[in-house]
Amino acid sequence: MSGQPTRPAFRVALAGTLGVGLAFSLAACGSSDDTKSGGSGASAQAIDCSPYTKYGDLKGKSVSVFASIVTPEDQAYKDSYKPFENCTGVTIKYEGDKSFETQVLVRAQAGNPPDIAIVPQPGLLKQLVATGKAVPASPEVGANVDKFWSKDWREYGTVDGKFYAAPSGASIKSLVWYSPTFFKDNGYQVPKTLDELKTLTDKMVADKKIPKPWCAGISSGEATGWPVTDWMEDFVLRLSGPETYDKWVKHQIPFNGPESTAALDAVGQYLKNPAYVNGGLGDVKSIATTTFQDAGLPILEGQCALHRQASFYAANFAKGTKVAEDGEVFAFYLPGKDTASKPLLGGGEFNLAFADRPEVKAFQQYLSTDTWANVKASVSQGWVSANKGLDISKLGSPIDKLAATLLQDPAAVFRFDGSDQMPAAIGSNAFWKQATNWITGQDTQTTVNNIEKAWPK
Amino acid sequence: MFAAVMGVILFVAGRVGGRRNDRVVAYAYLAPALLMLAVGLVYPGIRTIYQSFFDASLQSFIGLDNYKTIFTDPDQLVVLRNTVLWVVVTPFVATAIGMLYAILVDKARMESFAKALIFLPMAISFVGASIIWRFVYTYRPDQPGVQQIGLLNQIIVWFGGEPQQWLVESPLNTFLLIVVMIWIQSGFAMTVLSAAIKAIPDDIVEAARLDGVGPWGMFRFVTLPSIRPAVVVVLTTIGIGTLKVFDIVRTMTGGQFDTSVIANEFYSQSFRSDNQGLGAALAVLLFILVIPIVVYNVRHLRASESR
Repeated sequence: MSGQPTRPAFRVALAGTLGVGLAFSLAACGSSDDTKSGGSGASAQAIDCSPYTKYGDLKGKSVSVFASIVTPEDQAYKDSYKPFENCTGVTIKYEGDKSFETQVLVRAQAGNPPDIAIVPQPGLLKQLVATGKAVPASPEVGANVDKFWSKDWREYGTVDGKFYAAPSGASIKSLVWYSPTFFKDNGYQVPKTLDELKTLTDKMVADKKIPKPWCAGISSGEATGWPVTDWMEDFVLRLSGPETYDKWVKHQIPFNGPESTAALDAVGQYLKNPAYVNGGLGDVKSIATTTFQDAGLPILEGQCALHRQASFYAANFAKGTKVAEDGEVFAFYLPGKDTASKPLLGGGEFNLAFADRPEVKAFQQYLSTDTWANVKASVSQGWVSANKGLDISKLGSPIDKLAATLLQDPAAVFRFDGSDQMPAAIGSNAFWKQATNWITGQDTQTTVNNIEKAWPK
Repeated sequence: MFAAVMGVILFVAGRVGGRRNDRVVAYAYLAPALLMLAVGLVYPGIRTIYQSFFDASLQSFIGLDNYKTIFTDPDQLVVLRNTVLWVVVTPFVATAIGMLYAILVDKARMESFAKALIFLPMAISFVGASIIWRFVYTYRPDQPGVQQIGLLNQIIVWFGGEPQQWLVESPLNTFLLIVVMIWIQSGFAMTVLSAAIKAIPDDIVEAARLDGVGPWGMFRFVTLPSIRPAVVVVLTTIGIGTLKVFDIVRTMTGGQFDTSVIANEFYSQSFRSDNQGLGAALAVLLFILVIPIVVYNVRHLRASESR
């Protein structure tokens, strides 16, 4: 399994989260922001160093961190390392690079890896471990992961039976954006099951309050098509269950089997239904040429009511838009088949170590604690973790709170973005391309057959 | 660095004296260039050819399978078809437009201004030009509350038509991408051909005119034969540039909607799909396709020089 160097889907997610942070810090230029930016300095003195004593005295040591997160979002990361630095005396050297995905591989292969890399996908993690330069995580990190994360997360940080990296940040993809005001004015209810979602959509068509119920767009430069892969993953997860989903991702069942076909047909009931799409943006084919960034905006203009996209989409609404449960726009959980099941599709990042010096081990361990998750949450906007020790009240925005609540829901079954885990030939080529062809008219069977055919042997 | 290398070369060259060592001196001066060619061109070239016989991860030898894929896989056949379209249409149309324009504005008033107009697109990068044209082709539905932002669709709406999704319909979209290349390259063709036209001796033109040759005859029997070498250079240069076209496709459609060409597919396979073998094979194919054009160009140059 090899993730490819540039992961647009991820970059997009990153840009999104980055944007959220920016948008919110701009929007919240009032008191809360001030206390936050000023607070990190002030709290430096007020830090309770007791959770850090176990790491010992690491004065004069330094740890280099390499990540894809760049200015301004990286500030929150740097701030979140402060308590650790102040209490242990270690210096954290943070370096962000937009072309992280390619650079980190090059650096690892060339024998010049960072001490810690913040890796955004399991596929890339596997590639990095394959270079032979990565160091398995300490038992303490493993214990933290067992304690604070659900079981499936440990799997993503494990390569060939060895546990390498604990997750840190996470994002939620199983969301539908909508306008709470519009719902309230027309008496629409947030659906609790897939059937209800369908009924709601049909009701909207009948009511004619808006041109079309759904908005969609899958254009994203060379990554055009990825939003369809998210839709499909969500539906495989819902219609066939997590076990089948895992088999599907690992290609233990063929891509053109009944599960895929059913899921894609189910997606097609929405995306390829001319009565449902594409409010303010054209016909079904316009989905292929509408950028995913623009796709959900007609909700605000009353051209459509629903848009399935990840939590990071909040960043795409104009500054000043109230993104909240009682605001102009918000998101609800894309429901499961029934109210009992709660499948959750998302992404995340992992802290991989390339050195086993004590200070690196200590820092990697710190990053896997609830202490760090809470420090990070209190200094950043648009950031969530699946760490169960995360205090949701510390999160900055309603959408972050929603995402964290969903992640911590004991009933939730989390699954990592499937196309991110498939071989690059599928996950970042055939799947995208065929999904785009599917939107522009290709039938479901041909689409899944073509993807199956492209699977590396 | 450069000075040090040159110093060493000069020193070595200086040590060997005498007439029969002229050859050695010549090679000493050539050596760095040859070395750089070997490291930067020959070695990667051979390595690419070698890799094209291997599978996606370059682990096992699969013979000509990658080439078989290029010529049998439906997706790859579309790529080949598009490349053929590009190479057949672009050089001829761009050259024809350039030539027509050069003849029309020749000795006209405001000639330099008129030339600057058509030459300007040359100054815009391929990516920039692609973004401009993407706006020209942009689609918005024709419905209340929605405004057209694409020039082409706005014109169609003005004339009462339905806006079209220009970049989605294959193979029309490939032609619309070719328009961008023609838009860029016509200026180049015009400049070179205009210079060639101006170089035609006045007495030939005078003599032809005295013989009562009409405008068409003048073009057919005087202008065209006189600028033939320039036309060949322009055609082949644009032809090679077109074979390598990548930026336009990548920026405007990303190779989606059946618009991919060899150079773009090579990139996709190598860097996105992680299929190194197929990527290498596509690169080799591109190389092979360029060879005849280059050979023709060199031969033609030689022929015209020896005349």
